[in-house]
Amino acid sequence: MTLIENNDHKAKSILNTLYPRTGNAWRIGITGPPGAGKSTLVEKLAMECVKHNLSVGIVCIDPTSPFSGGAILGDRVRMSSLFLDPKVFIRSMATRGSLGGIAKATKQMCDLLDAFKKDIIIIETIGVGQVELDVAGIAFTTIVVLVPEAGDSIQTMKAGLMEIADIFVVNKSDRDGADKMVMEIQSILEMKDFDRIPVVLKTIGTEGKGVTDLYKSILEHKDYLKVTNKIKQRMQSTIQTEITEIVQEHIDKQVWRNPKIKLALNRFIDNIINGRQTPYHAADKIYAIWKKLGRKI
Amino acid sequence: MDKKLRILVAKPGLDGHDRGAKVVARALRDAGFEVIYTGLHQTPDMIVATAIQEDVNAVGLSILSGAHMTIFPNVMKLLKKKKAVDILLFGGGIIPDEDKKALYKLGVGKLFGPGTDTAEIVAYLKKYFKL
Amino acid sequence: MKQKINKENNRINDATISGIPVKIIYVPDDIKDLNYDRDLGMPGQYPYTRGVRQTMYRGRLWTMRQFSGFGTAKDTNKRYKFLLAHGETGLSVAFDFPTLYGRDSDEEISAGEVGKCGVAISSLADMETLFDGIPMAEVSTSMTINGPASVIWAFYIAAAEKQGVKSKQLRGTIQNDILKEYIAQKSWLFPPKPSMRIITDIMEFAAQHVPQWNTISISGYHIREAGSTAVQELAFTLKDGLTYVEEGIKAGLDVDVFAPRLSYFFNSHLDFFEEIAKYRAARRIWAREMKNTYKAKKPESLLLRFHTQTAGCTLTAQQPENNIVRTAFQGLAAVLGGTQSLHTNSMDETWALPTEKAVLIALRTQQLIAYETGVANVIDPLGGSYYVESLTNKMEQEAYNYFKKIDKMGGMIKAIENGYPQREIANAAYNYQKQVEQKKRTFVGVNDFILADEKLEMPILKIDHRVSEEQNKRIQTLRKKRNNAQVAKVLKELKRVCQTKENVMYPILKAVKAYATLGEICAAMKEIFGVYKEPPMF
Ligand SMILES: Nc1nc2c(ncn2[C@@H]2O[C@H](COP(=O)(O)OP(=O)(O)OP(=O)(O)O)[C@@H](O)[C@H]2O)c(=O)[nH]1
Ligand SMILES: [Mg+2]
Repeated sequence: MTLIENNDHKAKSILNTLYPRTGNAWRIGITGPPGAGKSTLVEKLAMECVKHNLSVGIVCIDPTSPFSGGAILGDRVRMSSLFLDPKVFIRSMATRGSLGGIAKATKQMCDLLDAFKKDIIIIETIGVGQVELDVAGIAFTTIVVLVPEAGDSIQTMKAGLMEIADIFVVNKSDRDGADKMVMEIQSILEMKDFDRIPVVLKTIGTEGKGVTDLYKSILEHKDYLKVTNKIKQRMQSTIQTEITEIVQEHIDKQVWRNPKIKLALNRFIDNIINGRQTPYHAADKIYAIWKKLGRKI
Repeated sequence: MDKKLRILVAKPGLDGHDRGAKVVARALRDAGFEVIYTGLHQTPDMIVATAIQEDVNAVGLSILSGAHMTIFPNVMKLLKKKKAVDILLFGGGIIPDEDKKALYKLGVGKLFGPGTDTAEIVAYLKKYFKL
Repeated sequence: MKQKINKENNRINDATISGIPVKIIYVPDDIKDLNYDRDLGMPGQYPYTRGVRQTMYRGRLWTMRQFSGFGTAKDTNKRYKFLLAHGETGLSVAFDFPTLYGRDSDEEISAGEVGKCGVAISSLADMETLFDGIPMAEVSTSMTINGPASVIWAFYIAAAEKQGVKSKQLRGTIQNDILKEYIAQKSWLFPPKPSMRIITDIMEFAAQHVPQWNTISISGYHIREAGSTAVQELAFTLKDGLTYVEEGIKAGLDVDVFAPRLSYFFNSHLDFFEEIAKYRAARRIWAREMKNTYKAKKPESLLLRFHTQTAGCTLTAQQPENNIVRTAFQGLAAVLGGTQSLHTNSMDETWALPTEKAVLIALRTQQLIAYETGVANVIDPLGGSYYVESLTNKMEQEAYNYFKKIDKMGGMIKAIENGYPQREIANAAYNYQKQVEQKKRTFVGVNDFILADEKLEMPILKIDHRVSEEQNKRIQTLRKKRNNAQVAKVLKELKRVCQTKENVMYPILKAVKAYATLGEICAAMKEIFGVYKEPPMF
């Protein structure tokens, strides 16, 4: 796992061997603002899965400090009742500089857990910013966790939130305003076009209330994707994203590590600062240099 | 390769004084380590299970309650049982010299006393892992 | 002896240790808005800034109360008799970790911790031994117990009854401050809601049956030890206190019935004047809030009475004898700040439980302050000092800033669930550590004036395996000897009451008297109430 996370040269061959064994696990993404109760719900949801005799892999993501490159991975604190469960495997990851709420190797980590025959994989994103959306690209069922107090701000939530959620959870519904929040979400959802209107649920993570319903909703969503064959679409787009990213990474390496381009880049930057060139112009030129070099690299 | 050292910082037993553990966790983060922090009240079984799932390079235990002669040996034993001997076990707390000696004999890494500079801990880990 | 002295001069000398900026000198202008009657008043008069009693230490000195406990109940009983014989005037029980978490000594998780940092008390039988030969009608006893406070208190009440002492005669304190457990000390059992309910049950029970008992000792001590600043200690502790008052009122109790039984427990840290200002500000804030916000009528409800302990976290492992001096300064600050009782730390406490000699020096330190320095002769001798008054105002202001933030989050319980005070404290602790390491502050013997060849060795009191073996045997015999059908019955009754609105103290007392153990009683309550988990910190 560490090899994969470290993008070690051995990682590719490991993933190549394991890839054919993947494809069984149901991948669930959980996102939401900081402190919404994501980890608490993950713990309870995993317990529910274990109750149904399913094995669970959990990937928790926390931010890497942009200053030191280090990170404190603390989601586990809330999952202590799972530590000794042989059916549960928890792995924490740091974002290591990638934005969007998940780490670069998250998808690969899921593949690995999948290959190790976990039935369910739960991915918890980091809780910075309002809501981080990238997880929807690798999960089959995406759950957005909100809290009653978010009521006023829901209108201003990051665009795209309403579109990525397959299930909305209003956690901390022991607090005032939960019903109002549910209604607000529903009324916004009604104004949009969906093939399937996302479910909105209330939970109390700390007490485990509503988690059985959540589990059921996930199964329903799974059935829905399978029956309508939408799962294929999702997988296609996931795989497409993955390939794009890998290719992108290759290209990035080639482009930016090329000494000629490095040199040109520095010169262009100076030019731009001195007002002799625009960034668009410079980008076109770099692209042109690369195309010319292309065959030789 | 984007290699990062992963360190588990854990607070075993019932003692709730986690000021030191938290300060160390942060100092390690600020030194560029990835720190897995599990919170309070961990049993040796839990610590070892976490260390293995998280594939850490080292486990640091903070014990101020005087239970070090029970907890360090237990964690060590379990690590051996799970064939995870490549994981460094080190720690901090109020540990008299003679107990330290006994623990070093068991293969426990460095044990830091009260009032240790966090830079010392960072330096120790960097040296140990040849960074 | 060789020694290392730091010659760099990058030390902070324009701020208190908590980071409050200080000027080089204070003049009348700094307190020009101060109104004597409104802001200070005479001692024993609203707003009690200068002290809670009219005569203060001339009437009665503070209680010298040394926190202690180790090993078995029998070991600690001997230490108590030693302390009482040497002039101590109150007892203060330190429990071991298993007891603090409501666990029996023979549970698996207790392994290695029995009797280590305090005395192991698992049943009424242990409590009877602890007070064997000590007249419970006469001593006042403070017990540092929180999560399982209701059970330990019931042990105490029942043990007294065996001595023929009525609950109405009992004097003392249970810490019973669960909010600061969530914030700092971390020995919690149940989630906040049931915890608050147990606390209001205790307040109600005390009002009826144990009227001289202090039902909550609202504690800043541990918040400070966890690394907070003085302002944070002040703000979070008072906000905790005000939250208990709110909960009591919500539960239908009369504020003037329970508020007089609330007391406080503060830390005394290194920065001398900052500490004194903290105590003075605390009294003023409490009086004003109780009067204006919570409409208390009785003067006793407005008084902030407090116990002080010198700061354990400032003791150094290096040159441990220096700790005697540190502690003396800290004790002095507490007395100048008007404390009602005091614990002075022993010099060897960073290493282990204190030896008898160290404990005696610590007690002597208090006696020196009381009888030799003359500081106890005049009330609030620093009142009117430009600096101290101005710092007192500043502390008050800063505390109110925190109150506002917490109110905006929906109150203290919500703030705690969101990890807010915890995070503030962890940040402060980290900053403090950084200052030590960057030598921005000098800590004698630690980052400066270091003895290069010092060997860190102290005679330490060792707790051997004997303790946990003895404890285990005791519990096992108890479990055989007692009437187990009765135990099952009372525990069932307890669980029933937990699900209703009835007062839990009654079934707990019944269970205790049937010799149900601490662990058994707490487990029964956890079944109904659930357990708490800490919020994420980073
Ligand atoms: N009152 C209430 N508190 C809850 C509930 N669920 C979780 N919490 C509390 O909310 C806090 C945050 O919970 P987490 O599960 O760590 O939240 P998170 O979304 O994973 O947080 P990050 O990973 O830091 O973004 C904790 O103190 C929980 O105890 C709930 O249903 N009701
Ligand atoms: Mg989380």
